[in-house]
Amino acid sequence: MISAPFDYERADSVAAALELLRQGGEDARLLAGGHSLLPLMRLRLARPTLLVDIGRLDDLKYISGDGDTLEIGALTTHHDLADSHELRDACPLLADTASQIGDPQVRHRGTIGGSVAHADPASDLPTALLALDAEFIVQGAGGSRSVAAGDFFHGPFMCAVEEGEMLTAVRVPLSGARGVYRKFHRRAQDWAIVGVAASVQVESGAVASASIGLTNMGGTPLRAAAVEDALVGATDTGSIATAASRVADLPHPHDDEQASADYRLHIAEILIGRAVRAAMA
Amino acid sequence: MATAEKYVGGGVLRKEDPKLVTGQGTFVESITLPGMLHVAFVRSPYGAATIGAVDTVAAAESPGVVAVLTGEDLAGEWAAGLPMAWPVTDDIRIPDHWPVAKDAVRYVGDAVAVVVARTREQAADGADLVSVDYEERPAVVDIESARADGAPRVHDQFEDNDCYTWALTNGDVDAAFTKADIVVTERYTQPRLIPNAIEPRGVVVQPVPAAGDYTIWSATQIPHIAKVLFALTAGIPEAKVRVIAPDVGGGFGSKLNIYAEEIVCLVLARRLGAPVKWVATRSEGYVATVHGRDQIQEMEIAADTDGRILGYRAKILANMGAYLQLITPGTPLLGAFLFCGSYGGEAYHFECTGVFTNTTPTDAYRGAGRPEATYAIERAIDALARAVGVDPVEIRKRNFLPTGEMVPSPGGLAFDTTDYEQNLDRALEIVDYDSVRAEQRARRESGDSKIIGVGLSTYVEMCGLAPSQVLGSLNYGAGGWDAATVRMLPTGQAEVVTGSSPHGQGHVTSWSQIAADALGIGFDDVTVLHGDTQVAPHGMNTCGSRSLSVGGIAVHNACGRVVDKASRIAAHLLEVAPDDLEFEGGTFSVKGVPDRQATIQEVAYAAWTAHSLPEGEEPGLTEHHVFDPPNFTFPFGSHICVVEIDTETGEVEIVRYVAVDDCGNVVNPQIVDGQVHGGVAQGIAAALFEEATYAEDGTLQTSSMLNYLVPSAAELPSFELDRTVTPSNSNPMGVKGIGEAGTIASTPAVMNAVLDALSHFGITDMSIPATPEKVWTAIRDAKGGAA
Amino acid sequence: MTRISLSINGVSHEADVEPRTLLVYFLRECAGLTGTHVGCDTTSCGACTVLMDGQTVKACNVLAVQADGSEVTTVEGLATNGDWHPLQTAFHEEHGLQCGFCTPGMLMASVGILAENPDPSESEVRHALEGNLCRCTGYQNIVNAVLAAAEQLRSSAAQG
Repeated sequence: MISAPFDYERADSVAAALELLRQGGEDARLLAGGHSLLPLMRLRLARPTLLVDIGRLDDLKYISGDGDTLEIGALTTHHDLADSHELRDACPLLADTASQIGDPQVRHRGTIGGSVAHADPASDLPTALLALDAEFIVQGAGGSRSVAAGDFFHGPFMCAVEEGEMLTAVRVPLSGARGVYRKFHRRAQDWAIVGVAASVQVESGAVASASIGLTNMGGTPLRAAAVEDALVGATDTGSIATAASRVADLPHPHDDEQASADYRLHIAEILIGRAVRAAMA
Repeated sequence: MATAEKYVGGGVLRKEDPKLVTGQGTFVESITLPGMLHVAFVRSPYGAATIGAVDTVAAAESPGVVAVLTGEDLAGEWAAGLPMAWPVTDDIRIPDHWPVAKDAVRYVGDAVAVVVARTREQAADGADLVSVDYEERPAVVDIESARADGAPRVHDQFEDNDCYTWALTNGDVDAAFTKADIVVTERYTQPRLIPNAIEPRGVVVQPVPAAGDYTIWSATQIPHIAKVLFALTAGIPEAKVRVIAPDVGGGFGSKLNIYAEEIVCLVLARRLGAPVKWVATRSEGYVATVHGRDQIQEMEIAADTDGRILGYRAKILANMGAYLQLITPGTPLLGAFLFCGSYGGEAYHFECTGVFTNTTPTDAYRGAGRPEATYAIERAIDALARAVGVDPVEIRKRNFLPTGEMVPSPGGLAFDTTDYEQNLDRALEIVDYDSVRAEQRARRESGDSKIIGVGLSTYVEMCGLAPSQVLGSLNYGAGGWDAATVRMLPTGQAEVVTGSSPHGQGHVTSWSQIAADALGIGFDDVTVLHGDTQVAPHGMNTCGSRSLSVGGIAVHNACGRVVDKASRIAAHLLEVAPDDLEFEGGTFSVKGVPDRQATIQEVAYAAWTAHSLPEGEEPGLTEHHVFDPPNFTFPFGSHICVVEIDTETGEVEIVRYVAVDDCGNVVNPQIVDGQVHGGVAQGIAAALFEEATYAEDGTLQTSSMLNYLVPSAAELPSFELDRTVTPSNSNPMGVKGIGEAGTIASTPAVMNAVLDALSHFGITDMSIPATPEKVWTAIRDAKGGAA
Repeated sequence: MTRISLSINGVSHEADVEPRTLLVYFLRECAGLTGTHVGCDTTSCGACTVLMDGQTVKACNVLAVQADGSEVTTVEGLATNGDWHPLQTAFHEEHGLQCGFCTPGMLMASVGILAENPDPSESEVRHALEGNLCRCTGYQNIVNAVLAAAEQLRSSAAQG
């Protein structure tokens, strides 16, 4: 399938990209790896009139940390996240999540910024970033602003990035927590039917604090606050499972062809248990 | 004259591979001609609708667009509707089926207009601009809704949605059920499957307007049948039509058809006087290429108190889709004789009703009718084992047909050669059945959340479709023979021209092995030509696991004729009688005087120069053979699957898969194993992953590879293969066929394993595919609602 | 139209393309390298896999303009001076292909797998091939071929 025609401009700086976006108006889109946008365009479900290619903005491809905070440039690929020893040490949840996206070819092209800004509720990285209390740096003509992950996702394919703005970086506070992403899907290359991001602080064999993010359990990535509270003090399979069962306190998830709401809830509960146990192991 | 086998049965590597691993294959999409125009189809987004005004103005004005044509515009181009070659009963309802719809659309994907443009992109842009006024009508997508009172009719020309009912009875079925101690009554559904050859369909047509000639390259399994039917449908003299199947990227039955797009491109090339090309996108193929399966089966077995089977009843409802494609109505009947599987009994009844729905037509998909039948009998015999209280192995052994030749089956056919129990024993030995059972008990006793189950499938299938007379008695519209021509070239090599049309099966290699042995020449000295009706004018192509047991035998026999003629010429050259010659390793030698000899290459040269030939012998060393076998072949085997089920999530993992197949004598073991691997993978996919679903309005929900779950390497295990060899008596090489056996056998093996794993919960039934949610829900419900 | 130039199998190609031209069609139709196939329109099947600047990508989901300035390797560039890459040999010897349509993508994906993991287990090969679909082989002989080629490459490296 061939997409509808469009104009193409390659930006050589963030400022240039923003100016091109402004000129292009409401039907202009940013193109990074293209792995969210191009499939929609090929099926003619998206018809931008202008693509602003930011794929050459190499200064947005980085993973850097100062010990307290990790900053990741928006154009860093899933592969680079999964492959980064620094990230595996500093923030294993993010590396683990990135390694489970799509397939190797997709991970070579897909970017963290594209994945976050596309705001697909079945997408893995937004959930992990929500669980990590990340902040997103959004740049517009008037300068940049920081949006907390909890405020960033507004609904399916809707987020805090306004027309004429672009996501340039992700900041993750480093807590030393152990993290694991568990993904339930039918085939390895598929999107998550349910995903669970668990970030856990352990003291003396018990959970000191936990962050639990959920993928595809609603229109945006979700935090399971009741589970997080209940997990504090958990030490073993039984107490973790009891805490995980509090996932039922969340708003009821949706039914679709992939899974019923009941099954989604059940799988989320099972995966929370497994992810937390793995993180503690 | 026989010659020792040097290549047949041995491990030669495929001749097809070098071009394919270097990117030098020629698939249809790679064919480009000067001045070629591109075709795009405008397709219905509705399952059922009346076509109102079609506005083509904007499309016609779009850059590069050459023509925009509706069904009405093209109505004068067809000499006949799209062909259906298997009117299974005299009163079958055959709806009009035009390549481009005129008044109404009947499934999502039904073509309503075509756009021809200079480039593929311009054609797509033009198609985007065609505006069609549809008046949506109620659609009906599933079999039972289509048969309900007051159901919307797919075709107004018929009173209801039934297409035909075909029945077969053998013996006194009612008597068998009356005297039975045990009657097992089961109901199974066969989900709709999408074949998914990785190469999408495509066609290129080159006209020569002044000559009225047409060359059609199509990604088809059936160039020869296509030639006949393209000519009839487009109203072009058959001799003016040349069909070429170049490298074809898989078929699995989905390219065993005559498609609207092929005919449309042919008539567009005629109308425009220019070459035209169309290649399906994958999503387009999902609605516009035939689907498979989609049946509801009621299966009954009558048995005595020991579980010895007395009789069978199988009543099938088969979803035809909206129209009848080439063999849509006949496809379920390819299983009509196999609902008794490899087992005995006195009486048999089969009945199938075809039903129209507002869905993509169904047709052959790997196994075509036999996977459905095998699934039913293999599930039902496990149900019988439960009813009798014996192990699935024991119930099978009690009921296997006896070992022998021409063994009558309750379904009415005589099976060529049978030897079932030793085959099953081999599979049991490989899997170490008793150990698996012990492990199963241990896990259950320990309360392990991961449980295991073992499932059997002791299938028999029929292939080598075959005797033309029998096919005729079933109302099939063509013969079951196949043809080969073997030419010894003056320089000593052989050209083998075959009517089989491979698309991955390795015929070039296997036929080279057969010819090299028969002619006593080198494997590399054989060239196999196929897939071009001008080069290979006679053939019935590749489908139904028939190529080796029909087309391959034609090659074998044509080689025999070459050797016979060569022997006469050699005798003449050596001045002896033909009976005084021996033929071994490509050399004719005089019995008792071994140094008086002539090689077949020398004979070929002599036949070409024709300077000195026996009286009345024609020059040249070319022979032709058409093989029409006396019977089908009936490959059989035992597949044993071991699954592990995660009771917390319902996920099923195949941990062992043992396949012991008996396809008679084997020409190329590596190719046979490859066919089993691929076949088993497709059957596992049906058991655990794949299911095409429609919304009530006729929208295909599983509309792309994103949500129709073709498994990857990550979802499948490695398989453990072995063979027994029981040569067929249906052909001189003793071969049977292996292209579909894996698919036929594996789905019930997997499902029997799943149900075996769940048996201690009291779960005895589940529909395929066994999705994690279905498995988990069944366990939860069995436990009384608390998972 | 946008002017692009890229190196394909070491040969530079320059052309004006529509921005919507996918890399796979550029390879097939502008560069005449028809070994890279198109099997789907949802980035699912991997038949179009090529190396772009040393990494595997699905060429049906990359615009040709995005590949401007890149070095692309296709199946046609896999052999060296006519000598097959060990993966090509292994696919042949292990019967890792039937119809051959997915094969170029499988080969290129496998090149990428072995570049990142020269000594993979069977399970690692199966998972690394998650983005490539084959309908003929059931994958078993593809996996065997990748393992055989890995061994060959390791032993060549050890000797080299």
